[in-house]
Amino acid sequence: MYAQMVKSEATQDDPEKLAAFQARIDAGEKIEPKDWMPEGYRKTLIRQIGQHAHSEIVGQLPEGNWITRAPTLERKAILLAKVQDEAGHGLYLYCAAETLGVSRDELTEMLLDGRMKYSSIFNYPTLTWADMGAVGWLVDGAAIMNQVPLQRTSYGPYSRAMVRICKEESFHQRQGFDIMMKMAGGTEAQRRMAQDALNRFWYPSLMMFGPSDKDSVHSSQSMKWRIKMNTNDELRQKFVDQTVPQAEYLGLTVPDETLAWNDEKGGYDFAEPDWSEFHGVLKGNGPCNAERMRARNAAWDDNAWVREGLMAHAAKKKAAKVAAE
Amino acid sequence: MSDAKTEWPLWEVFIRGQHGLSHRHVGSLHAPDAEMAIKNARDVYTRRNEGVSIWVVEATQITASSPSDKGPLYEPSESKVYRHPTFFDIPKDVGAM
Amino acid sequence: MATPASSTAAQLDEALFTFLLRMGDNTLVLGHRVSEWCGHAPVLEEDIALANTALDLIGQTQMWLGLAADVEGQGRSADDLAMLRDVWDFRNLLLVEQPNGDFGQTIMRQYLFDQFHLLLLRALQDSADDRIAGIAAKAVKEVGYHVERSAETVIGLGDGTEESHGRMQAALDWLSPYVGEMFVSDEIDAEMATRGIVPDPASLRAPYDAALAEVLAKATLSRHEGDFAHQGGKTGFRHSEHLGHMLTQMQWLQRAYPGAAW
Repeated sequence: MYAQMVKSEATQDDPEKLAAFQARIDAGEKIEPKDWMPEGYRKTLIRQIGQHAHSEIVGQLPEGNWITRAPTLERKAILLAKVQDEAGHGLYLYCAAETLGVSRDELTEMLLDGRMKYSSIFNYPTLTWADMGAVGWLVDGAAIMNQVPLQRTSYGPYSRAMVRICKEESFHQRQGFDIMMKMAGGTEAQRRMAQDALNRFWYPSLMMFGPSDKDSVHSSQSMKWRIKMNTNDELRQKFVDQTVPQAEYLGLTVPDETLAWNDEKGGYDFAEPDWSEFHGVLKGNGPCNAERMRARNAAWDDNAWVREGLMAHAAKKKAAKVAAE
Repeated sequence: MSDAKTEWPLWEVFIRGQHGLSHRHVGSLHAPDAEMAIKNARDVYTRRNEGVSIWVVEATQITASSPSDKGPLYEPSESKVYRHPTFFDIPKDVGAM
Repeated sequence: MATPASSTAAQLDEALFTFLLRMGDNTLVLGHRVSEWCGHAPVLEEDIALANTALDLIGQTQMWLGLAADVEGQGRSADDLAMLRDVWDFRNLLLVEQPNGDFGQTIMRQYLFDQFHLLLLRALQDSADDRIAGIAAKAVKEVGYHVERSAETVIGLGDGTEESHGRMQAALDWLSPYVGEMFVSDEIDAEMATRGIVPDPASLRAPYDAALAEVLAKATLSRHEGDFAHQGGKTGFRHSEHLGHMLTQMQWLQRAYPGAAW
């Protein structure tokens, strides 16, 4: 997911306070910034929301890669609007994290020097126009699986950010599928592009949900705190069950020979992605990790003068106003 | 590390929706001063015709956009129909999306 | 252009068509340039704002080139005009095809164009051609905001730190020779002005200079003496080398896969 393998912080607080806190969460109450919360809850949330925000920001890059090459004026506008939304979603999430006592610049610095992570999916390159379809259809499709339940998460500011994000995201997956329909129903070259995009994005999309529950050590505390709403395997299964018929509709082949409907469980059996690749990508060895970080560092460093200049002007204006009063 | 001097302050944004009666908190953003905060709020929080009036608040200070901004500030986004999911015609057989 | 200029009616269409290309190519090329910033801007709020500007400009392009295609009457669409013409058929100002450079150059280029764009669109609201007046009435609201934002940013950065001031002065020096072309009238402008469709661009110079002087004063920036102006964009006679490179990206898919639907 956009937040993968978020480490839960152990918490060493007064057991009575902890019990009262857990009771509030169990009763479905929202925790607000000024409320008492366990230090582990706060730290885990900063890590999770921060990682989610970073993913939105880095996630601008693979799709931004095609804005200047979009094939029509309308496609250009739609893609630009979508990538712009991702910047907005990053912004909402950073703001939610800021209510927990960390600043956006601090979070940004932690992304840029590698102390914080972002989703593995954005370290894959976008090579053809069909990748704009596949990213919208599969990557946004996978993200939505996780984000819709997160609207009910226990932390108020996070929950409200997710409500806004889900409302805005609803067009993202559709625009992706719309591109895929055009490509799959187009010329021979376009059909090839569409199949190629599915081939390259299928397993990285499955990896977005994180490792299997049996290997995921941080899930249970986060689920107890209602900052993680479903297990990784539940969401992955749901995603496959939803996506396979859509691929069939497009006349495309999911690149998994073992894929088969299982009547007994009422879902598809499917092959696991290569988890060693996943761990490699998280360590920095994905196809685009270095480039993504270089692009984000350049945007931040090369434009520091802009942020400083506007701040200096604001300070001068304020001083002049005070002097005039 | 971040420099406290250059980090833009945080502003809370309140927007009155077209059919709403009162300003509602919609989120936050960073801006060097109140004027830029209003502009940033327009760009960040009214991309889908969400508002007709914006307030931004830093600490105890409240600043509201002037009513005369209504035309240029909000009408432009009305034409961006592709931001709404219903713009994309997905066949029924595809199922929920 | 492809249209033969054999009759009076055809000549009128030719002039109108060229004027519409000028409008649509300006917004197309500048919208494309601004969109290049997506994901790379100085701060998230600015990334989002730049994208809004680019989206407005692309939307205006669809209207101007859409009308140009109708006027031409050859069965071409706005997309055909955007994606299948070569450099010499583009009629945009040299200013808007200049590369982004640093953020200072981008925002200075934006302000220099926005100020002109706003004055032009205001006048076009009274065009004798209702279709043009209609597009202008919609676009003027968007551009009213563009100029507000770009002017304030030019002022903020010009008056900011020593570094930001130096970068903005350098941007102004670099782009100043591209200002004059906006106000040069040619026979197309003359014909459009006579018919009451479009104002004479030369008439916009005085209010432009007044507005620019006010913004530059607040920004503590100064224009160099002299009014040298590069020309050749709006006539299409001689674009800069930059436009061709832009088109190789923008038009690539349409050129590589002719006839495909996207």
